[in-house]
Amino acid sequence: MSSAKAPSAKTTSVNAAHSVVEPSSRSKRIAATLVIVYAVVTMVPLVWIFLTSIKSPPDSISYPPKILFTPSIEGYCNLFTTRTRQTAEYIASLPEPDGVCDAVTRQRNMVIAGSSNFLPRFANSLIIAFGSTFLAVGLGTLAAYGFSRFKVPLADDLLFFILSTRMMPPIAVAIPIYLMYRQLGLSDTALGMMLLYTAVNVSLAVWLLKGFIDEIPREYEEAAMIDGYSRLQAFRKVVLPQATTGIAATAIFCLIFAWNEYAFASLLTSGSAQTAPPFIPTIIGEGGQDWPAVAAGTTIFLVPILVFTILLRKQLLRGITFGAVRK
Amino acid sequence: MAEIRVEHLRKAFGEFVAVQDSTFTVEDGEFLALLGPSGCGKTTTLRMIAGLELPTGGTIRLAGEDVTYRRASERDIAFVFQLFALYPHMNVRKNIGFPLLAQGVPKAQIKARVEETARLLQIDHILDHPVSGLAGGDRQRVALGRAIVRRPMCFLMDEPLGTLDAEFREVMVRELRELHNRIHATTVYVTHDQIEAMAMADKIAVMNHGVIEQFGTPQEIYDRPASIYVADFIGSPPMNFIRFKAGLPKGARVARIGAAEVEMPELRRDVAPGELALGVRPEHVRFSDASPLRGAVYGSEYLGTNQIVTVEIEGGLVRARLPAEQSFSIGEPVGLTFKSERLSLFDAGSGRVIPSVLHEGALRQEARHG
Repeated sequence: MSSAKAPSAKTTSVNAAHSVVEPSSRSKRIAATLVIVYAVVTMVPLVWIFLTSIKSPPDSISYPPKILFTPSIEGYCNLFTTRTRQTAEYIASLPEPDGVCDAVTRQRNMVIAGSSNFLPRFANSLIIAFGSTFLAVGLGTLAAYGFSRFKVPLADDLLFFILSTRMMPPIAVAIPIYLMYRQLGLSDTALGMMLLYTAVNVSLAVWLLKGFIDEIPREYEEAAMIDGYSRLQAFRKVVLPQATTGIAATAIFCLIFAWNEYAFASLLTSGSAQTAPPFIPTIIGEGGQDWPAVAAGTTIFLVPILVFTILLRKQLLRGITFGAVRK
Repeated sequence: MAEIRVEHLRKAFGEFVAVQDSTFTVEDGEFLALLGPSGCGKTTTLRMIAGLELPTGGTIRLAGEDVTYRRASERDIAFVFQLFALYPHMNVRKNIGFPLLAQGVPKAQIKARVEETARLLQIDHILDHPVSGLAGGDRQRVALGRAIVRRPMCFLMDEPLGTLDAEFREVMVRELRELHNRIHATTVYVTHDQIEAMAMADKIAVMNHGVIEQFGTPQEIYDRPASIYVADFIGSPPMNFIRFKAGLPKGARVARIGAAEVEMPELRRDVAPGELALGVRPEHVRFSDASPLRGAVYGSEYLGTNQIVTVEIEGGLVRARLPAEQSFSIGEPVGLTFKSERLSLFDAGSGRVIPSVLHEGALRQEARHG
């Protein structure tokens, strides 16, 4: 009897110990509910944008808003094209439409006149945002490594100075930058925008990455240097692979800023280097309030960030691997 | 493999002097332990030999070549870190092969040498495992593998067993010594554990406050400590020190402690009157009712095969290592005798040993061996 009792007592104590570490199923349910509610609330605007992008223009402005509607590709067609209004007779005289968009446009008594500026603007956004992210993270990683590993004179002051560039909204320096860019010929150039976003992001990158690199024990580099590698090789082969988590997180922050930036883009770019954020609102003006086209532009605009985040999700979630160094 | 010659090595970090003026030679194939408490400069010395720290002064020669200011990567040495520093993003095979990759060794040869090394260390079954899941001992072996795969001129180890639990440490001490016997690599091993140092090393350098207090074989260090510090640091329990005031002439063989006369090895120089300390290892203390050196039992610790009995005498406490069968009651009066030919006399002021016949014997012995 007593021998049967002993294991059960042990099991209880194990369970009791477990309850400290493992949340009960009830608290897990509550936590899950809260997370789901929060996710749904934050998702509503995104879902609404997506739904608007596949509505027809009349559906998009109907009141009360339509939850159930016939999906239409018209918003996407309007986003990528410019159209001219024609008489019904003229349209009837045209040959068969050569595509879905052609057909949809003709129903509105319009014909496609050419492609819109959306694609080149979107391409500008991609080049500028990814280019500046690459620069900011690259420079930030090197600077952070320097601050973390070497005796830099006045390191604390320098770090504070770097951070201080973040203490006011970047737009506060819009006018000096506007004048400077005009003088330097950087206005409305992709290079100019890339440099500007890099300058804003590099402070964030240095601070974030310094934290991550500080966490990587020096012994790894020392071991690599003793194994016959130069410091730069040790940095590349040993430090960088272990900093991937931090680099990925930093890159996402930098990319989101550069991708979404509106104020400087609308001030400094108007033509060849214009990015998507200042371009999308201009769609509204072309032929009435074309909300489906705006929503379609916004939906497509969200895709790169979404893809980038999903691609780097593993790095973000993996956590820093300190496994092989015993603490 | 090569000899390491360190001359007048000094390292200061601003005001703080970590290593004062170290000179020693590790012969080809020798195993040297740098032994001392934390902060004594032993790790700094090791890191300077490795090239991870640049000295403030002095020279380091590896196989006769001056490498004092050369980069770590250009010294052809291997270093085993206290925390092993296995690259977490590589598996065991890649960790061990990493130094060979730097040398541009062809892939097929890397594979062969990594596998040969793994067999030597009996870790060939875990070659393709990630390092993060390994047990402490296997990590240790992988770290050793990474060190020996390159066949470097010498091995430097910074407390590599410090994080292992006591039981396993003994196993690794044996393994390390066996490995050394097999590959005969010049090794410098930093530890604060005297048992590790005594068990593995051919020579021991006892360090304190950036100074090498004594450099010698484990026997020399144990039997003929050069200073009170060394005598106190080595041995468990440490040497007893019986303090007394006296001045002694060269050739003196007797020290007067209170009412008792204690025989000791013949002194080889005059000792000016002052505070002296007679050093006695606990195993050289015996109880004898006839002895005029009297004391009372203060306490005892039972250790299984023997016991440590503490006796209070006029000059302080004396611990004796005695057979476990004898039993004593606290307060019991006893007389003490010492194994006279094994005693050391120290100058209590400077802490240095006073040379006697004991040390000459040592010289003669060494001359014979050499």
